[in-house]
Amino acid sequence: MADKMKKWWDLCRQILERDEEKKEMPRRYRRLRRNIIFLMLAVTLIPLVIMAATNAMQYQKNIKAERIKPIRAIAGKAAHSFELFLEERLSAIHFIASSYSYEILSGQATLHRIFRILREEYGGYVDLGIINNDGTKVAYTGPYDLLNKNYSNQQWFNEARVRGVYISDVFMGYRDLPHIAMAVQNLNDQGESWILRATMDTKKFEDLISPMGMDPITDAFIVNSKGVLQSDSRNYGKVLDQFPMEIPSSDSGTHVRELTDPDGREIVMVYSRLIKYDFTLVMILPQANVFQPWHTLKQEMSYMFVASVIAIFLVILGSTHLLVKRIREADEKRVIAFRELEYTQKLSSIGRLAAGVAHEINNPLAIINEKAGLLKDLVDHDKHHDKEKLMRGVSQILQSVDRCRNITHRLLGFARRIGVQYEMLDINEVLRDTLGFLEKEAHHRNLNIEFKFDEQIPKISSDRGQLQQVILNMLTNAFAAVKDGGEIVLSTWEKDGQTVALAIRDNGHGMTEETMRQIFEPFFTTKKGYGTGLGLSITYGIIKKLGGEIKVDSKIDQGTTFTIFLPKTPPGEMENE
Amino acid sequence: MAGEVNGKTTIRILLVDDEEEFVTTLSERMEMRGFDASVAFDGQKAMEALKTRVPDVMVLDLRMPGIDGMEVLERVKKTNPEAQVIILTGHGSYKDEEQARRLGAFDYLQKPVGVDTLVKSIQKAYQQKIESAYAAEPSDESQSPQNRH
Repeated sequence: MADKMKKWWDLCRQILERDEEKKEMPRRYRRLRRNIIFLMLAVTLIPLVIMAATNAMQYQKNIKAERIKPIRAIAGKAAHSFELFLEERLSAIHFIASSYSYEILSGQATLHRIFRILREEYGGYVDLGIINNDGTKVAYTGPYDLLNKNYSNQQWFNEARVRGVYISDVFMGYRDLPHIAMAVQNLNDQGESWILRATMDTKKFEDLISPMGMDPITDAFIVNSKGVLQSDSRNYGKVLDQFPMEIPSSDSGTHVRELTDPDGREIVMVYSRLIKYDFTLVMILPQANVFQPWHTLKQEMSYMFVASVIAIFLVILGSTHLLVKRIREADEKRVIAFRELEYTQKLSSIGRLAAGVAHEINNPLAIINEKAGLLKDLVDHDKHHDKEKLMRGVSQILQSVDRCRNITHRLLGFARRIGVQYEMLDINEVLRDTLGFLEKEAHHRNLNIEFKFDEQIPKISSDRGQLQQVILNMLTNAFAAVKDGGEIVLSTWEKDGQTVALAIRDNGHGMTEETMRQIFEPFFTTKKGYGTGLGLSITYGIIKKLGGEIKVDSKIDQGTTFTIFLPKTPPGEMENE
Repeated sequence: MAGEVNGKTTIRILLVDDEEEFVTTLSERMEMRGFDASVAFDGQKAMEALKTRVPDVMVLDLRMPGIDGMEVLERVKKTNPEAQVIILTGHGSYKDEEQARRLGAFDYLQKPVGVDTLVKSIQKAYQQKIESAYAAEPSDESQSPQNRH
C-alpha cells in the first residue's frame, strides 16, 4: 500500500515539476494553486476520512456483535449442558444415597451391585464408596483397594460434611485418566452422617463440549477457579495444566474478551461460569476467523478509500492546475488588453491634442503670416526702408516660430513616449508642461488656474509619458467639470520620505457618493454618449503600475479633488512588466 | 457709413482678436491698403468700441476670453445689423462655421489667411452692406467702394 502511494506521489510530483520546468510560474500563481489544492483536499478528504472512520467503526461493531452472538449462545448452551450433566450425575448419587440406608450400602455386595447398575445406566463411573462419620471408608467398589482408608482430615470430606454435597476438581486417577469425584452426605437412623462418594472419568466432558456445532478451529475446554485446565485444550495444554491466561472472575453468564494470548495470537475468548460448580467453560477462537467478514469488508473499504483519495487527489490536482492556468492566461490577456487599451487611449489623447495643437499653431502662424506680409508690404510700398521696423518684424516672426516649436515639441514629447521608461522627473515641471496642452483653453474659458507647488519637492524616478497621460486625463476631467471662469488648483507636496503627492482640485459640479465609488471601474461613464468610461480606469491602472495610489474626494456642486501619490523610486521591475 | 479720406470713401473696419501682435500688425497692413482700421483685443472691448464707432465690416476671432466671438457676433447682429461680420479664427470647426453663418456672419475665414483674400472678403462684405442699405433706403447714397484700390 505504501509503495503504491509513493508511486502515485512521485507521479504527481513529476507532473508538477515538469510543468514548473516548462514555464517559470510566478510565485503568486504557485501560491494560489497550493492554496486551492490544500483547501479542496481539506474540504473533500476530511469529511471522507471522518465518514469512512465512522462507518468502519459502526460496521466493525455490528459485524463483531453479529459474529459473536452465535458463539456466545453456543458457549452458554455448552455451559448449561455441562452443568446439567454434573447435576444429573450428582443427582444419581444423591438418589442412591437417599434410596438406600447406610446399613444396606455398607454391605459390599449391595454396593457392588448398585455400582454395576450405575455404570450400565450412566457410564463413566470408576468407583463408589461409603465413608462413615469418622471418615473411614466402610465399603468400596472400584479398581483400588481403598477399604478402611480414613479421610477425616481431607478437605473434601469436611466440605461434604459441611455443605452436604461435594464435587472435586479434575485429578489424575485410575489408569492416568482425568477424573472427578463427587460426594453426597446423608444421615443414618442414629443421626450420624455418612458419605457416598463416587469417582468418574471426564471423557463425557469432551463429548459434552465438542459436539456443539462449533467450528473445528474452536478450542473449547473447562477451567476451574484456580485456572487449572479441567479438560484438554488444543492450544493451551492438557488437562491439569495451568491455563496460561487469567480468566476474569465474573458473574455467571457468558462473557466475551478480545485479547492476545501468550503466544501472540489474537483471540476471542468466550467463557461462561457455571452457576453451582467451580468450573468455567472457555471457548477460544482466532480473531481472524471470527472477524473474517469484517476483515474482508475492511480491506474492500480500504481499497475503495485509497482509490477515492487518489482519484480526488488527481482530479483536484488536475482541475486546479487547469484553473490556475486559465486564471493566469486570463491575467495575461488582461494585461495585454490593458496595455492595448492604454495605447489606444494614448493615441486618442494624441489625436485630441493634435487637433488642439493644429488650431493653436494657427495663431502664431497667423502672426508670422501678417508679419511677413507686413515686411513685404514695407519693402514694396515704402522706399525708405526703416531698418528698425523691419528688424522688429523679423524678430517677432522668430518669436512666433518659437511658439510653434514649443507647441509641436510638447505634443511630440508626449506622443513618442509609449513604452515604460523611468527617468528622474520633477513633477512640478511635468504638471506645468502637461497643463501647457490646455493653457489656451483655460485662457479662453477664463479658468483660474492656481499653482500651489512645493518648489523644493524632490525628483522622483517615474515614467514621464505615463504620468503625462494620467495628468492629462485628470486635467481634462477637471476642465470638463468646471464652468467657464471656474477654478482649478494644482498642488504638489512631499508626503513622506518615500512618497510625493500631487493633487488636482476643481470647483466644478462634483459627483455623488455612488459615482465616486464606481469612478475607477472600466466602462463607467457619466459622459453619456461620448465617454468610453475608460479614462479613469486607465489612469488607475497606470498609477498602480507606477507603484502609486490615486484617491478621489468629491462633493456635489462643490468640486472634486484627485490626489495621486507616487513613490520616489519605482517598485521592483518584476511588478511592472 | 464709410468716411471720407482724401476725397475717397474709406471702409471702416474693426479687427477683434486677443492675439495683440496679430491684430495690430493686421491693422497696420489694412491701413496700408487704405482701410480705416481699428482694433479691439477682446469681446468686451469690441462691444465698447461699437458704442463709439460702428464699423462697416468687423473681422472677428471666435475664441477669446470673456465675451467670445460668437457672442459678439450675436450681439452686433442685434444692435447693429447693418455691420458686416467676417469671422477669422484659428479654431474654426464646421460646427462653428455653421453657427456663425446662421447668426449672420458674412464670411468665415481660417487663420492664417492671405491678405488679399481678407481684403476681397472685406470689400465684398462692404458691397453687401451697401446693397442691403440701398434696398432698405433706395434714395440713399449708393457709391460703390469697389475699384478703389
